[in-house]
Amino acid sequence: MFLRFDEISRSFGGLSALSKVSFCVEAGTIHGLIGPNGSGKTTLINVVSGLTRPDSGRLLLDGRAIHRLPAYRIAALGVARTFQNIRLFSSMTCLENVIAGQHLRAGLAIFPRLLCLRSAALEERQSWADAMGCLSRAGIENRAKVCAGSLSYGERRRLEIARALALNPRLLLLDEPIAGMRQREIAEMESLFRSLVETGVTILLIEHNMPFIMRLCSMITVLHFGQTLTTGTPQEVAGHPEVIEAYLGVQG
Amino acid sequence: MESFSQFFAVYGSLVNFIGINALLALSLYVTLSAGQLSLGNAAFAGIGAYASGILTMRFNVPYTISIAAGACLSAMIALLIGMPVLRIRGIFLAMATLAFGEVVRIAAVNMDITGGAQGLVGIPCKTTTYTIYGVLAATTYFLARLGGSKIGWSLASIREDETAAMVMGINTTYYKTLAFVLGAFIAGIAGAIYAHLNFIVTPGEFGFSAAVQLLIYNIVGGRQSIYGPILGAFILTALPEALRGVGVTAGPLRLGVNGVILLLVILYLPNGLISFFSKVSAWTGRRSGGAFRGEV
Repeated sequence: MFLRFDEISRSFGGLSALSKVSFCVEAGTIHGLIGPNGSGKTTLINVVSGLTRPDSGRLLLDGRAIHRLPAYRIAALGVARTFQNIRLFSSMTCLENVIAGQHLRAGLAIFPRLLCLRSAALEERQSWADAMGCLSRAGIENRAKVCAGSLSYGERRRLEIARALALNPRLLLLDEPIAGMRQREIAEMESLFRSLVETGVTILLIEHNMPFIMRLCSMITVLHFGQTLTTGTPQEVAGHPEVIEAYLGVQG
Repeated sequence: MESFSQFFAVYGSLVNFIGINALLALSLYVTLSAGQLSLGNAAFAGIGAYASGILTMRFNVPYTISIAAGACLSAMIALLIGMPVLRIRGIFLAMATLAFGEVVRIAAVNMDITGGAQGLVGIPCKTTTYTIYGVLAATTYFLARLGGSKIGWSLASIREDETAAMVMGINTTYYKTLAFVLGAFIAGIAGAIYAHLNFIVTPGEFGFSAAVQLLIYNIVGGRQSIYGPILGAFILTALPEALRGVGVTAGPLRLGVNGVILLLVILYLPNGLISFFSKVSAWTGRRSGGAFRGEV
């Protein structure tokens, strides 16, 4: 088990956003996280990335408890994410966004730069090339010099994925990555995610686009009012009576 | 050559003050580049000025060492204040540093070693124009090279979006504290150099209005490039002399002109006067310094 949620609970005031959520994500798979609005999906992603601390329960990454670590330490363990309400550095260009995202890998130390050493220039060129690589994986290398603030909605989502890739993640958390994308872009994202998984990345994915989720995920967890309804393969989940009830209501 | 020395005889002290104000403006620029608004940099300059002045006068410490000591003391105090305050996001740093500035001013008024309200009088005048501009050049070079470094990228990321910076693996508290301490260090150098230029330092010089003045240098000059604050300090320090030339003497009118300039810049050139030049460099297709900018 790569990532294990063990009775994770979190409430905001009187609202219980997550209560005793337990499931496992296997390494090298795409794991879907679905549920109606307000069911706690984003809160769960926030818990994994360290932005929200759970009130109780444990979260294990490769057997190591990470639920008390600050966000930057969790990132250092190879966990990258994107946001539902895209958080780009909008006054930087696309390339600059990705270079900034290389924080954990880049050298770019100050003293070689102060002395204008050759190594500094080489490092700079290397980080530039790496960033271009991330951009082209996400399919927006042609927008490298464009300011992130002037991208289209779909391009912003791709740039955020490119920036997450700059961290060289083992676990990638995607919060509605294809919202607002056109069919052709969705197909491109699908092949990107598949190729990432082939290189050993594990993906935990929130999405409302059901055909996309069904095609891509090997396992799906359904959240409802902060509780896990079920975890299973797409076929199991689609036929699960409680899931149908949560999404469509009870036939009366 | 003779005309130059003549110019210097008349405007020498103005040239010196431009350099010191530019250094102070840069000290705030560093803090702003991490998206943190500090109103304490004038007080840090005051700490540097008093500490180095006292060291030189009372303990006969050599000039260079007393300046370094003043700057280091500023940086250490900034570290003590920054560590608790910078854990919180938002406007709290501005509030805390505003209060801190007042604490420093009142302390300077009431302590014996600082000479009370009269100030510290009789500091040997050891600062030369070469010192000022040497330090300014070194600081500018340092900050320009900081731009493309890991530190520079981290500060820029925090300024743009602190949450996104955190999940990218940036220890935001560490880098915010670093920017704050570095700003205080530069302010401390500027203050210490000033003390050895001016013969006297008084508590009032490092109060609230001085802190705001540094912010105005950054706004008027522009926070997109490291040269913005320098330009802002140059224009606003030289302005009174230029105004004297056209017959506006000291008084409310001069402050009014300052205010009008600030308003016009905010309304029509929100990126500051330096944005003229960055537009030019955009035409020639070059960008400098990466994303390290002092915008809030």
